Amino acid sequence: MSDFSDLYQDLIIDHQKNPRNFGEMVGANHHADGFNPLCGDKIAVDLKVNGEGVIEDVKFKGSGCAISKASASMMTMALKGKKTGEAEKMFHEFHDMVMGKVEKPAADLGKLKVFAGVKEYPARVKCASLAWHTFEAALHDEKEVISTDDGVDP
Amino acid sequence: MKTKTRPQAKKKTEKTAFKVEKIRKDFPILKEKVHGKPLVYLDNAATTQKPLAVIETLDRYYREYNANIHRGLHLLSEKATAAYEASRVTAQKFLNAADYREIIFTRGATEGINLVAQTWGRQNVKAGDEILITTMEHHSNIVPWQMLCEEKGAILKVVPINDAGELVLEEFYRLLSPKTKLVAITHVSNALGTVNPIAEIVKAAHDKGAKVLVDGAQAIPHLSLDVRALDCDFYVFSGHKIYGPTGIGVLYGKYNLLDSMPPYQGGGDMIASVTFEKTLYKKPPYKFEAGTPHIAGVIGLGAALDYVSKIGLSTIAAHEHDLLIYGTQKLLEVPGLQIIGNARFKAGVLSFTLGEIHPHDIGTIMDRQGVAVRAGHHCAQPVMDRFQVPATARASFGLYNTRKEIDFLVKAIHKVKEVLG
Repeated sequence: MSDFSDLYQDLIIDHQKNPRNFGEMVGANHHADGFNPLCGDKIAVDLKVNGEGVIEDVKFKGSGCAISKASASMMTMALKGKKTGEAEKMFHEFHDMVMGKVEKPAADLGKLKVFAGVKEYPARVKCASLAWHTFEAALHDEKEVISTDDGVDP
Repeated sequence: MKTKTRPQAKKKTEKTAFKVEKIRKDFPILKEKVHGKPLVYLDNAATTQKPLAVIETLDRYYREYNANIHRGLHLLSEKATAAYEASRVTAQKFLNAADYREIIFTRGATEGINLVAQTWGRQNVKAGDEILITTMEHHSNIVPWQMLCEEKGAILKVVPINDAGELVLEEFYRLLSPKTKLVAITHVSNALGTVNPIAEIVKAAHDKGAKVLVDGAQAIPHLSLDVRALDCDFYVFSGHKIYGPTGIGVLYGKYNLLDSMPPYQGGGDMIASVTFEKTLYKKPPYKFEAGTPHIAGVIGLGAALDYVSKIGLSTIAAHEHDLLIYGTQKLLEVPGLQIIGNARFKAGVLSFTLGEIHPHDIGTIMDRQGVAVRAGHHCAQPVMDRFQVPATARASFGLYNTRKEIDFLVKAIHKVKEVLG
């Protein structure tokens, strides 16, 4: 492929075409809606967190571009089974990576490192981070729709 | 008479048929490369590139006669004032307005609309009155009226569009009533390219006693304008859409209306005299131009209008129409591509979707091939809702675009399909 292969990698395209953990969740105890007014992308995240603070299940739904969809799909896989503290740490690591704030992405991001190329596409950073901001909002039970245009991504 | 003039007119068109390659040399940015590829700039509905005539005019102003206007007694101020006011006359002629005092300089079309909403609107719109807009309006011709309606208890009514993206005129006539105080309508849709029948709409509105504001932001670089023939009450446009600087635009208003309106902003240059007991305002247009204006912008806009006039809007329109026809045909050959907006009367805008592929992904992949298009809702979310799409990709043409660039566009679309299809 030519010079946008750093963004549209096979793994991303696979998740965009076959999103994992997509749909409604029965018995969710956390929920938030995310919106990117720039492109109209909408993502809703459902969480089931147990008494020990472990994320037992994550699901998402919504519509958006390949990057936002793949990011949401891969996020759900990464979060399942994590303690909320670990998950939040991951959110910050992911954010720093796509914002280009760190030289090298944190090692425990694993497959999520596929999104490191996003930092070269400033217009697309919000696409990659929308799902993560929505997850963060769900965890904190924020009732208002979280918007990527309200300063959450400086 | 007709048979006599027709062949002549044709001959003249052939003679003045412009050479696009020559035109392109007027725009230095077109030589730029993006991501190492030649720039194919097809985002003219967002903003247009600037010819040397404009760039050099701005440069000359700042280098040779930068000064404040309407106040200095020194030579530079006189020069700046003369150039500023000459642009007003240029704009007047460009719109075929009756009087230079009907031309008010604003920051752009958006400010022009807000000015009318906040002055004429607040003075004339009352509880229960109706303002009529259309589904195809840009947010800038929706939100100022929503704000006014909310403040006054007035009602905003919306004329729908059909599947081709044309105004449903029967609905317009049904919604138009003696309660209608204002019809605010775009001349050309930014998202669909639809050209609206403004003269007919103005006549019908006037018959019911309503005023008409026309948003000309998209029409201005494409259509020959005559505000007197249209008979609209207000017409707004932005300079940057017609090869001029950003941050400058024009509000045209019929003089008697402007004269009856309260000022928009208070400050210097808009007053006849100030005491703490009473301030007297100047007459239009100065009543509406408080503070030091965007002098360079106004002078640059004059240069842009002169540039366009020299080529001729009918020549430009013919060239862009050719691009539209060619582009439509080429795009429709791409499997799965759907054009949104198929009005019979259309300006050079091609909004499209590509199956399940999101327009933002289209935009990014195109960009890496040097092709600049817009991807998104085009500040016209109600249009997107009408066609049940979250967004579209949009190629929009200007006078410097070529058929070859459309071939590049099509090639880039095939690449998008290859990557994401």
